[in-house]
Amino acid sequence: MEVTVIRSGMLTTVQDLGRRGHRAQGVPLSGAMDGFALRVANLLVGNPEDTATLECTLLGPELVFSTAATIAVTGAEFSGVEAWRPFEVPAGGRVKLGAARRGCRAYVAIAGGWEIAPVLGSCSTYLRAGLGGFEGRALRDGDVLRAPEVTRRMAGHWRIDERIFPAYSPAPTVRVVRGAQADEFGGVLFDTEFKVMSQSDRMGLRLGGRRLVRIGGAQELISSAVAPGTVQIPPDGQPIILMADAQTIGGYPQAAHVISVDLPLVAQLRPGDKLKFAEVPLNEAHQLALTRERVLAMLHEGLAQKLR
Amino acid sequence: MTFTALGDTAVVVGLGTGIDKSVLPRVRALMAALERDRPPGIIEVVAAYATVTVFYEPSRVTGEGERPYERVCRFITERARHLQAEAKKKFASPGRTIEIPVSYGGEFGPDLADVARHCGLEPAEVIKRHKAADYLVHTIGFAPGFPYLGGLPEKLHTPRRATPRKNVPAGSVGIGGAQTGIYSLATPGGWQIIGRTPLALFRPGEAEPALLRVGDRVRFKPITVEEFSAWK
Repeated sequence: MEVTVIRSGMLTTVQDLGRRGHRAQGVPLSGAMDGFALRVANLLVGNPEDTATLECTLLGPELVFSTAATIAVTGAEFSGVEAWRPFEVPAGGRVKLGAARRGCRAYVAIAGGWEIAPVLGSCSTYLRAGLGGFEGRALRDGDVLRAPEVTRRMAGHWRIDERIFPAYSPAPTVRVVRGAQADEFGGVLFDTEFKVMSQSDRMGLRLGGRRLVRIGGAQELISSAVAPGTVQIPPDGQPIILMADAQTIGGYPQAAHVISVDLPLVAQLRPGDKLKFAEVPLNEAHQLALTRERVLAMLHEGLAQKLR
Repeated sequence: MTFTALGDTAVVVGLGTGIDKSVLPRVRALMAALERDRPPGIIEVVAAYATVTVFYEPSRVTGEGERPYERVCRFITERARHLQAEAKKKFASPGRTIEIPVSYGGEFGPDLADVARHCGLEPAEVIKRHKAADYLVHTIGFAPGFPYLGGLPEKLHTPRRATPRKNVPAGSVGIGGAQTGIYSLATPGGWQIIGRTPLALFRPGEAEPALLRVGDRVRFKPITVEEFSAWK
């Protein structure tokens, strides 16, 4: 079947859980900014969690379906679609995601998965290198996506328990573990509120607020690996939270790292939103990650009873 | 050997300090040991200068009475038991030697004159010294396949450009302080560009897309503009 992109929206790219195993070659992880939302979108339509979806940003796409399909939209709330539950689109049907009402990024999963040839083991789009996804680029008006003809039957009326969602908010408290240079910045990172600046993108969120000054001056560091979630402090003292498309190594001081379970909160922030950081011990971050995995495994099992 | 947490999904293993080629044998030996025998839950390993960073999935490295971080550190320690001996035996000399053809100066090397001025040398002398040196790949990063090369003669050390360029063409050979490197993709960049290679440093169709690996020895070979154009 074909799905025609009538309007592509602001930035719509194909993403899965990322391009693992190539960071030694300088290839960023990429993949969904909000990995939780992507995984749930796939579970809702009966796909493996790592299946390619469409990541939509602030203004969503308008899609026309050649035959009947089952899809789900998760993550940010966009006008025009109901999020977090699967629904059927009839043959010739049109799905229009308007503007994001809450959050920044939504994920559109289709039962059977979008047909995208993997590059280096992933369908994710890395825009800066024109790698993967749909011709290595964001979708444009008139593009035609393909998917196998798969529809699923849903038993009865049900909703996902919202208590399993990350605490999405336009002013979240984001939990971090200490970075290698945390001590060089004192407590400023935790004492103040930061604002998300407009230069933010899939590589990183730039924050504005009180300037972080290194105690003892600017001793140059030798570059080492960074990861999505790394909070680095460039010489201007304004933190950057590295995200999915971040480069693989960096030489700026690392004040902190956003814990895995809170990365979705950062992914859903938009320019102008606020955030605060709170420190947690590494072991707590791991416990929270294990709990998140258990919850998703339970959701997977529960949905198996409801989707045919 | 030092361990530092990089968030809740990675451990940075420190094997030395600074940009130091004497640490590369140990870096390569640890990479090889972790590739040979990778425990479940360890996703990938990234080498950069004096560090090897090990990425893991916390939910897959849980064990009886052992925390994920401690468990990963133990995995690494076990595999690094013979690191010093391995480094000496197998990695004392550089990896492969890769020759990189470069067309120096002209439109391919717009900063050659500035570099020459900064170093107090004639442009031809800059080329001569740049191609005569032996380089080692210290890390791959910045962009897919971009190699950071140590071994630049001290006389050629030149600070980066005050204002980075918005677009540096793929294949551009640059000098950034004490290092030289090759732009693997067209990207913004602040290094002083002295030439360009027709070789692809990043080949997404290949199983190993980066042309170079950490520990490889690199030599530059001057070619003419005509040879550059005719390069297949």
